[in-house]
Amino acid sequence: MDKGLTLAIRQEKPVTMEVTFNCKPGELLALIGPSGSGKSTILRTIAGLHRAQSADISCSGTVWNESTHAFHMPAQKRKVGLVFQEYALFPHKSVLDNVMLATQGASKSERSKKAMSQLRRTNMEGLETRKPATLSGGQKQRVALARALAREPNVLLLDEPFSAVDQATRRRLYRELAVLRKTLEIPIILVTHDLTEVQLLADSLCLIHRGQSLQQGRVAEVVNRPQSRQVARLLGHQNIFNATLLKHIDKHSLYQIGEIPPVLGPKLESLNVGDQASLLISPSAIEIEHPYSDTQDRIPLDGQVLECVPLGDEFVIRLRLERIPKSMRFKAPMHMAKEFGIEQGRNIRISVQTHGIHAMSS
Amino acid sequence: MSAVLVSFKLAFWTMLLLVPIGLIVGRWLALSTVRHKVWLESLIMLPLILPPTVIGYYLLVMFSPQTVSGQFISSIVGQPLVFTFPGLVIASVVVNLPFAIQPIQLAFSHLPHELREASWVCGLSPLKAWWHIELPLTWQGVLASATLVFAHTLGEFGVVLMVGGNIDGSTRTISIAIYDSVQAFDMQTAGFYSLALLIFSLVALAVVRSVNKHG
Repeated sequence: MDKGLTLAIRQEKPVTMEVTFNCKPGELLALIGPSGSGKSTILRTIAGLHRAQSADISCSGTVWNESTHAFHMPAQKRKVGLVFQEYALFPHKSVLDNVMLATQGASKSERSKKAMSQLRRTNMEGLETRKPATLSGGQKQRVALARALAREPNVLLLDEPFSAVDQATRRRLYRELAVLRKTLEIPIILVTHDLTEVQLLADSLCLIHRGQSLQQGRVAEVVNRPQSRQVARLLGHQNIFNATLLKHIDKHSLYQIGEIPPVLGPKLESLNVGDQASLLISPSAIEIEHPYSDTQDRIPLDGQVLECVPLGDEFVIRLRLERIPKSMRFKAPMHMAKEFGIEQGRNIRISVQTHGIHAMSS
Repeated sequence: MSAVLVSFKLAFWTMLLLVPIGLIVGRWLALSTVRHKVWLESLIMLPLILPPTVIGYYLLVMFSPQTVSGQFISSIVGQPLVFTFPGLVIASVVVNLPFAIQPIQLAFSHLPHELREASWVCGLSPLKAWWHIELPLTWQGVLASATLVFAHTLGEFGVVLMVGGNIDGSTRTISIAIYDSVQAFDMQTAGFYSLALLIFSLVALAVVRSVNKHG
């Protein structure tokens, strides 16, 4: 029996949605996308708080929504642990009572024991008599997590749980969640718009945009190999170039970008010779070169520095490329930028490692 | 002193009947998204601006044994309602609808919907969620509703006179007693009742404001 979560949502109103994904037990899947893309609505649909026009959701082998028979299991009957964005702690109840409300048990003492064990698990022992108003943002988040886990859920849903805390607390909570999730053998779904958060915590991601799931896969796979130009843009990639497919060569294809010599990139089976493609160049595959240095297995590109902005211990450089009508952005360590004397207006040479090129259909 | 007893009895029964009505209707109005809700809200608020004599007139017509509605009501309760205490209670309930519903509606509309949803996700049934989460967080509104209804019923004059008449020991309330005393030039009795009503109304309002401020 499949113990994971599978989901397919389709609706026209109030906003169009067409989302499908699945999440295995123990997997942390991040739903990432811009604000208003429908991520929280998806979470609410899983929790049974939103009724989509058509939804098929099953978890741990139990059907929660079934579109053919318009079946909708009420939120109360789903075993869902949901951490709300603003935590939604009951302000008139103590920390212990907040968690106890979500526990199942025959007697009050049994439920109290269960609640206490979840509070210990989230490092909140000793604060059980406090009211939510007296807690810090991080403590509130821990109580919300304890309450979600006290439900003994079949899926844990986290709706932007780190958005209401400061940076230092956020880092601490990341670490705590990373430790905690190892003990959970249920699907965990994290809604966020922060790619760094996804890369730190998630196993896989599903990109949501305007109610559509655009791509799902392992985090590194989706980030480094986006399926389309739109996915690449939404993930924050900037070095995307228009190219024309010249030729297929075994597992590779030859592309023409601007007026530079043709470059070898990954093969795009779906395209024919002469079709337009988009080539994504990973910033990590870009290096600054000494002029006229040997650039075997690399693509040399010359250009003029348009911008050179210090950001922490790095420089963010924008280069106007010769023979390609587009600028390129990349980062260079401060010491390297100084070594090469990089400054605005200066002509430099960079090289792109061919393995850092990813091809997408336009 | 029978007028004081009648007034307190009327205020008590009006409050007892209206608080549950206020809880149901006020909550529904706060949460409902149905179209044209504004018409129902306006209908409930009508007693605030409509002259009490107009409401009294319509209630008299409705209760009158000469009308179909009056005959129907008489067949259910077993007696005509005009100039009786039960008739007075119903009239008082109608007049006090806005005082009962509005504070509760306001309290429920200020309750974050997320808390309600959080309680459902915790496994609480709607009834348990109402009891454990909603009611404890809206009790100020309920208390304000009960206090306003009680205080306003004590001072109600127009509708009470029209529907209840002025029967000593049955439908003669404090406000009617004040009117009668003034008519009979018994200013001492009128002053005593008036001061009692003034103090009670002031205390009631202070309680409501204090609860809303510190709650």
